[in-house]
Amino acid sequence: MYKVKKSPWVLHYDGSSCNGCDIEVLACLTPVYDAERFGIVNTGDPMQADILLITGGINSQNEAVVKQLYDQMPRPKVVVAVGVCACTGGIFKDCYNILGGADKVIPVDIYVPGCAARPQAIIDGIVQAVELFEKRLEKHKAYVKKEKEA
Amino acid sequence: MSSTLIKIICIVCYIVFAPFVGGLLDGIDRKISARMQRRVGPPLLQPFYDVGKLFNKQVISVTKSQGFLLLSYLLFIVLTGAMFFAGTDILLCVFVLSTAAMFLYFASCVTSSPYSTIGASRELIQMIAYEPAVLMTCVGFYLVRGSFEISSIASTKVSNIVFLPGVFVAFVFILTIKMRKSPFDISTAHHAHQEIVKGITSEMGARNLAFFTVTEWYENVFLLSMVGLFIINKNPWSIPGAFAVVALVYFVEILIDNCSARIKYFTMLKLTWVISLALAGSNIWILMLIRK
Ligand code: SF4
Repeated sequence: MYKVKKSPWVLHYDGSSCNGCDIEVLACLTPVYDAERFGIVNTGDPMQADILLITGGINSQNEAVVKQLYDQMPRPKVVVAVGVCACTGGIFKDCYNILGGADKVIPVDIYVPGCAARPQAIIDGIVQAVELFEKRLEKHKAYVKKEKEA
Repeated sequence: MSSTLIKIICIVCYIVFAPFVGGLLDGIDRKISARMQRRVGPPLLQPFYDVGKLFNKQVISVTKSQGFLLLSYLLFIVLTGAMFFAGTDILLCVFVLSTAAMFLYFASCVTSSPYSTIGASRELIQMIAYEPAVLMTCVGFYLVRGSFEISSIASTKVSNIVFLPGVFVAFVFILTIKMRKSPFDISTAHHAHQEIVKGITSEMGARNLAFFTVTEWYENVFLLSMVGLFIINKNPWSIPGAFAVVALVYFVEILIDNCSARIKYFTMLKLTWVISLALAGSNIWILMLIRK
């Protein structure tokens, strides 16, 4: 796993989480877990991101924001929901303003469970996302080629 | 071999190999930075994987003209380097470099995104900050050699740095701005998260960002060659010496990058101007006195 010849650039968006998962996401970048050894870069820019890392549930206020962030990302892209909040709504599920998990508004590909999700699990989720990203990249290349020929 | 042929070989070598050298330097930078932070760091060739990926992604650009402006940026930087390695006028090189920077400014202004516009205006301030030192470097070379021709500057008996120590330090100082290293990475940062997202590159995705990155590599190679120009002389043994000094300067830049925090633009402006005037200015003044 050490030599993943890819460069997943991650956009981290914090929905209505308790910030527990966000701390864990940032912990992935610290010397202990060092996500950059897989080429993972935490960009703040949807235009440059490949993987959308979303923590916390969706509420009526951030629904549009999440949709827009997803739309701003160029294809191919992968969405990872981190923590049970992002997966299903979690502990906040029954709150009056919570719509549910991230998959209520955008298609989620990888679900990372945990409350809070452990850094190991998050990195594993991203590595799985990278595999999916590679597959989609191949598809995207084929698509572009077809477009050019047509 | 005729001198024209050597010049052409130099230019072709620069155009072909500079991106590889630049990318490798970038990889070394990321590796050393990671080690300084007690991390393992990405593989050495990571910058190439990044650019490779960027070329394959879907192109979303806010305005069509951005791609054209970025290509012009790339072209002018390549022209700068090519002129440098052809041994032409150093003053002209510097002017073409500034022209290239203008194209970058426009490329991020046309998008009208607030983040990239702020990044662009900060880029302009950076230019105001480093330009005096760059010009004084050219003047310094002229005072020592009596010519702006790079080929004549490079073929001195004694290395230029002997006469231009102050100018050298000032140039290395502004190199931090040019290479977008902390504490002067105010227009855009290599590190994650900044108060203005990605600053000047905020609206550049996919292919456009790849162009930008490759241009940076070309530019870095050119800038480091400028550093080498201080060392190089008639003696062929000065060439490994120049490489050693360039490597050392690059390491120092990485070290500064890792142990300083970003500063405000006005502090940067004051600091660079004071350093440029105090070191490069006094150096040139003394040279002029001696020449009399
Ligand atoms: S999953 Fe747990 S730790 Fe993560 S945001 Fe939800 S409540 Fe917080």
